[in-house]
Amino acid sequence: MGSTPNSSGLLKGKVILITGGASGIGRATALLFAREGAAVMIADVNGEAGQAVAQEIVGNGGRALFEKADVTRAADCERILNRVSRELGPIHVLFNNAGIIRRASILELSEEDWDRVMAVNVKSIFVLSRQVIPLMAHAGGGSIINMASGWGLAGGPRAAAYCASKGAVVLLTKAMAIDHGPQNIRVNCICPGDTDTNMLRNEAQQLGQSTDRFLAEAARRPLGRVGKPDEIAQAALYLASDASSFVTGTALVVDGGGLAGSI
Amino acid sequence: MVAGWLDRFDGSLAPCNQIMRLANRVALITGGTSGIGEATSVLFAKEGAKVAVTGRNDERGQAVTEQILRNGGRAIFIHTDVRKAEDCRRAVEQTLITFGRLDILFNNAGVFYAHTALDCSEEEWDLQVDINLKGTFLMSKFALPGMIAQGSGVIINNSSGWGIVGGDSAVAYCASKGGVVLLTKAMAIDHGRQGIRVNCICPGDVDTPMLPEDARLRGLDWNSYLAGCANRPLGRIGTADEIAKATLFLASDDSSFMTGTALVVDGGGTAD
Repeated sequence: MGSTPNSSGLLKGKVILITGGASGIGRATALLFAREGAAVMIADVNGEAGQAVAQEIVGNGGRALFEKADVTRAADCERILNRVSRELGPIHVLFNNAGIIRRASILELSEEDWDRVMAVNVKSIFVLSRQVIPLMAHAGGGSIINMASGWGLAGGPRAAAYCASKGAVVLLTKAMAIDHGPQNIRVNCICPGDTDTNMLRNEAQQLGQSTDRFLAEAARRPLGRVGKPDEIAQAALYLASDASSFVTGTALVVDGGGLAGSI
Repeated sequence: MVAGWLDRFDGSLAPCNQIMRLANRVALITGGTSGIGEATSVLFAKEGAKVAVTGRNDERGQAVTEQILRNGGRAIFIHTDVRKAEDCRRAVEQTLITFGRLDILFNNAGVFYAHTALDCSEEEWDLQVDINLKGTFLMSKFALPGMIAQGSGVIINNSSGWGIVGGDSAVAYCASKGGVVLLTKAMAIDHGRQGIRVNCICPGDVDTPMLPEDARLRGLDWNSYLAGCANRPLGRIGTADEIAKATLFLASDDSSFMTGTALVVDGGGTAD
């Protein structure tokens, strides 16, 4: 499991909510955060996979709960947060990680798909954060981490809604950082490059390309490979922990050099 | 979550429940004699690295290495002016002779003089660009061959929030720090395939000797100057240790998929 096989207890005593925690980067982050001492609430629309992650953490001696929920719905967010405060205590960290991608130009994209991408990738952050921020402010502060993307900083082909949504996440992050810094709530986002997850493989399918060819193309960046979910989780750990106590309003790019310039 | 620490205990004086994130690494830190460089030297040593501290002030350099040695760490001081290629070459050479390898280069040395283009003398322009930007080039030039030969290495350059956005009366500083951001990206592209990661940090105003010096040069009262610096979302200036922790993140394997990036650590100062 990544570079630090054992814990440094960086999140000891912290209560953390991770959306989209059933798979990919969310799952890797839930496992890492629990190993670093956090009590983790995992929320996801995928009940079976989400439950399995929580069980894996508990099996390893950590603390985790799972709640099947659609975080684009305010009522679901309220239910999650009630359970967090009832069973885990005051929340310290929110990782708005849930996200989807549709590989389509605006000509190919249906209005329904546009709305769904915007709802999951952007509106969920608004809906959930506005319930979480008063709780964090009451407890004296906290850290919110939003999942953006390299394609929230630069455009990509046939990903119009995704680029629009992730660009929105980057600037929503900065706006929230300005508004809630005085309450000692830090708000940052992560901009991963292509990372070895089901979502990446699913993109090849959406584009009708062979997985091998698609992954080889994705590895074309200075480090010559795609990222591992655990490498993105480590970036989230830095932003969640007190090591980043002076970091807010930033976009942390974790992309093997993909955005540094043309190779 | 400290199960197993006893198995890893190696007799050193590091906190037992903490993993040494830079164990067996050798780091060279320029401008390590004060401020962010000093805090980073001390933190890296605490995390297990052997540290070569360089700078122009021998007295302060010795004080930093003595502090590290007292804490049970390993460190040497090498008098270096990063404007001089021969000094840079010798700093890398002495590090390799003393510690056998070089894994991490932190190009931290930097100076700042408040001037507009009208009142910045050519000498002050050269001083800032040569230390802040050319020194980063020179040190990297001499550190890279060994890193390439061992197939791994990390370079961290100290840029600034003013390497991303402009600031008042700081033409040479802004130019030099903007140069550092793009030099970082260019080196990341050139040396990524050789296993070397190159990133920079962009601190906002931090509690170092550079701040009161700037207030003095601008002829500003310290308290009103400080209030201006603290005018950012987190409502305060940073500590040198907070910048050192960002540098630690970039120096450690925790950032193994990061290269060519600018890590902004500024309390939200450039968010708007």
